[in-house]
Amino acid sequence: MSESLNGKGLALIPKAEGKQTLKDFKSDQEVRWCPGCGDYAILAAVQSFMPELGIKRENTVFVSGIGCSSRFPYYMNTYGFHSIHGRAPAIATGLAASRPDLSVWVITGDGDALSIGGNHLIHALRRNVNLNILLFNNRIYGLTKGQYSPTSEVGKITKSTPMGSLDRPFNPISLAIGAEAGFVARTLDSDRKHLQSVLREAAAHRGTSLVEIYQNCNIFNDGAFDPMKDPATRDLITVKLEHGQPIVFGDQAVRLAPTGGVEVVPRDAVKEEEILVHDVHNPDPSLAFALSRLDEPAFQHVPIGIFRSVDRPSYDQLMSEQLAAATAQKSRGDLNDLLRGGDTWRIN
Amino acid sequence: MTKQVQQLDRVIIRFAGDSGDGMQLTGDRFTAETAEFGNDLSTLPNFPAEIRAPAGTLPGVSSFQLHFADHDILTPGDAPNVLVAMNPAALKANLADLPRGADIIANSDEFTKRNLAKVGYEVNPLEDESLSEWRVHSVPLTSLTVKALEEFDISKKDAERAKNMFALGLLSWLYHRPVEATIKFIQAKFAKKPDIAKSNVAAFNAGWNYGETTEAFSVSYEIKPAKLAPGLYRNISGNQALAYGLIAASVQSGLPLFLGSYPITPASDILHELSKHKRFGIRTFQAEDEIAGVGAALGAAFGGALGVTTTSGPGVALKAETVGLAVTTELPLIVVDVQRAGPSTGMPTKTEQTDLLMALYGRNGESPIPVVAPATPSDCFDIALEAARIALKYRTPVMLLSDGYLANGSEPWKLPEAAELPDISVDFATTPNGEDGTTFLPFKRDTETLARPWAVPGTAGLEHRIGGIEKADGTGNISYDPNNHDLMVRLRQAKIDGIEVPDLEVDDPSGNAKVLVLGWGSTYGPIAAAIRRVRRSGGQVAQAHLRHLNPFPKNIGEVLKSYDKVLLPEINLGQLALLLRARFLVDIISYNRVRGLPFKAEELAGVIQDVIDSE
Repeated sequence: MSESLNGKGLALIPKAEGKQTLKDFKSDQEVRWCPGCGDYAILAAVQSFMPELGIKRENTVFVSGIGCSSRFPYYMNTYGFHSIHGRAPAIATGLAASRPDLSVWVITGDGDALSIGGNHLIHALRRNVNLNILLFNNRIYGLTKGQYSPTSEVGKITKSTPMGSLDRPFNPISLAIGAEAGFVARTLDSDRKHLQSVLREAAAHRGTSLVEIYQNCNIFNDGAFDPMKDPATRDLITVKLEHGQPIVFGDQAVRLAPTGGVEVVPRDAVKEEEILVHDVHNPDPSLAFALSRLDEPAFQHVPIGIFRSVDRPSYDQLMSEQLAAATAQKSRGDLNDLLRGGDTWRIN
Repeated sequence: MTKQVQQLDRVIIRFAGDSGDGMQLTGDRFTAETAEFGNDLSTLPNFPAEIRAPAGTLPGVSSFQLHFADHDILTPGDAPNVLVAMNPAALKANLADLPRGADIIANSDEFTKRNLAKVGYEVNPLEDESLSEWRVHSVPLTSLTVKALEEFDISKKDAERAKNMFALGLLSWLYHRPVEATIKFIQAKFAKKPDIAKSNVAAFNAGWNYGETTEAFSVSYEIKPAKLAPGLYRNISGNQALAYGLIAASVQSGLPLFLGSYPITPASDILHELSKHKRFGIRTFQAEDEIAGVGAALGAAFGGALGVTTTSGPGVALKAETVGLAVTTELPLIVVDVQRAGPSTGMPTKTEQTDLLMALYGRNGESPIPVVAPATPSDCFDIALEAARIALKYRTPVMLLSDGYLANGSEPWKLPEAAELPDISVDFATTPNGEDGTTFLPFKRDTETLARPWAVPGTAGLEHRIGGIEKADGTGNISYDPNNHDLMVRLRQAKIDGIEVPDLEVDDPSGNAKVLVLGWGSTYGPIAAAIRRVRRSGGQVAQAHLRHLNPFPKNIGEVLKSYDKVLLPEINLGQLALLLRARFLVDIISYNRVRGLPFKAEELAGVIQDVIDSE
């Protein structure tokens, strides 16, 4: 764990007494995703990762919206709430704001989080309730059988867009940083080690963490992330962001561009000190935002890892503090005093 | 000069002025003085949705009506005995409601050519014969106020703005109101601006003294305190009572209150009120929209809180999907709908009873929920506790239908003792309920109430998943089994149908009435006042009022069938009548007006008499 990510995200959550295993987190429900779906890999990664958090399983809650990924809570042997399309961040906000002793995970997809639930997502991020939002991005609508999504590339041919989609996609990382999220990261379904390392940091962050997980839908958008998985191209295009390290990949490097953004240049064409050193704790989100734009147009160079991890008080914490302050100022409220608090008169 | 004092048994005053004239504040203060004095009272604020419509225009008129008496009263009154008109628009907008012989106190300073022209008066009505049917007191309120405040170091504009306090002082003199509390109130309100505080107090006193000395008012009035049931009283509006009821529900259930809400007229005051009471462990969450408000409340309920959301009008439509989720996940939730005139934005500040069918049926699927409605402003306290009782005991969302009239109207409230309030505590599930002793079955029901166990996160061994997909009876596993779905649909319905609610009480003093007047919600006061009138003139009529709209009291069918005729006044096009006809095959005589205003007692008395006479 890096030094400022000191586990505060779990500080208020009761610790497990015995050792927990992967098996403890598997529910008895039959998993019903399509064979070959990237969701399986994510589920396995999460189930095997949860025990290491060392928190009580019963204080863990998975909340989801609607979509393929949102079936996720049924497969976790924790508390779970499969809710309404797009509304998981709102429901999880009420839960986490009133129960700071819970580790609350929101499972959502690109349609759920960015189309119907876009409003709740940006407000959760700015509000900074202690939530971990895992956004499974497969760049397609799966459960409704293959329409384009708000992260599909322009010109996507689908059942609802036979001549190609017209609207520009969201970049979820740019959107999250624009909404002033404190913790923003991207990872990949097939890279379990990287995925778990990002989840670890997300859980440790107190406040809302957004983790975009590139997830393959092998039925309706198969191979969407193949360039990042194919050994021939993988290392040439994947920009692994690591705190305190110069941003380099393959034989290329990232430096500040005269436009105010960042740019990719051949490594041997820049001086070592010109190469941008990644700082996840930079309070100014501008550079994190610039890095999120590196993969435009898609898949020339795609940053993964933690873009931004900045501490600020979480909403639930501040809310609890207001309650405590109000009570400390006077005393715990008394109902009779309250009812008799205005102008009263007695009739005999 | 010795002034005459005349005794009255009741008075209806309407303060009317421009939205910026402070009429609501003036009315509130006069009400507080009247409550302190010990009269029974009832109030009706009436204001535009625009915060400041163009000054001096008809749409900008804001008014506050107060009915007070030496006996118990039920409504804010049909027609004012006194109109305080702060400008020509206020006179014009309210004149049609004034019975012949009523007093008009008009601020003559504002009856300028320009202001008269704004509302289409060609001649100043204070100066021609057009108001000869009324007793007009033309008082230069603005200039008298400015003159009284000459010595103060304040701007002319600030001096002019104190004219409402001058008017309040004059009216306080005219009706022998106690003034100390108002002076204290002004001092507290402007504590940070001592000059403004002093000048407002001076304006208030000047108004009082003006009444005392001027020859324009030769008579003042006394209305003796009312003989109400012994006890400690305060004046309370529906919204405030509702907020207090929710706090009481939190205390009486032992559950922390979580309010998820989005500001909307006329429900916002409940959010404002609850936000002040963090000492009760209340969390208020101003959400990004109506959907997030109810979503957060439901999320908190999953975590073991008393989840509440408050809204009105179109906000109820937005919450429908989440209420459906609460129905199928069988979690307690209170949805407060302060009904307002619709459809769509409608008339946000005007009252209506048009959401009943929406409350009952406005969701996809078979989605039954209990519905309750308060009868009076102070009943909002009791109904909030009742809504919480039902939600917690039966694990269900409950719709509470208040309305704009109750929300902003006020009346004296005999304060309950906290110790005498019902205990509505619940037991969370703590141990597995399966026959094997280790399994937890989240949808295994209580055999009596059909409620499912409420197991909150943090409880070891009861980890379970709930959601919007149909669940298998008992286990709560996802199920598409046709017979299971049929069973679950029927179980959810049976649970709501089986909710215990008190019997419908009938008020029929003679025992010989052939006509029953039934009502629900805020029509209680006008209906009861109308019935008094009819009985006073010898008519026999029974009254019953529904506070539980779903399920109905068990004896309602029997009550309906024991009268020759049932009259049902509603501020909609007959929504409850539709339900009763369908359910009980009883014909209902509907009386419907949808004007955004409460019924008038006189109007209903006429309708009731007509029904009696047509026997």
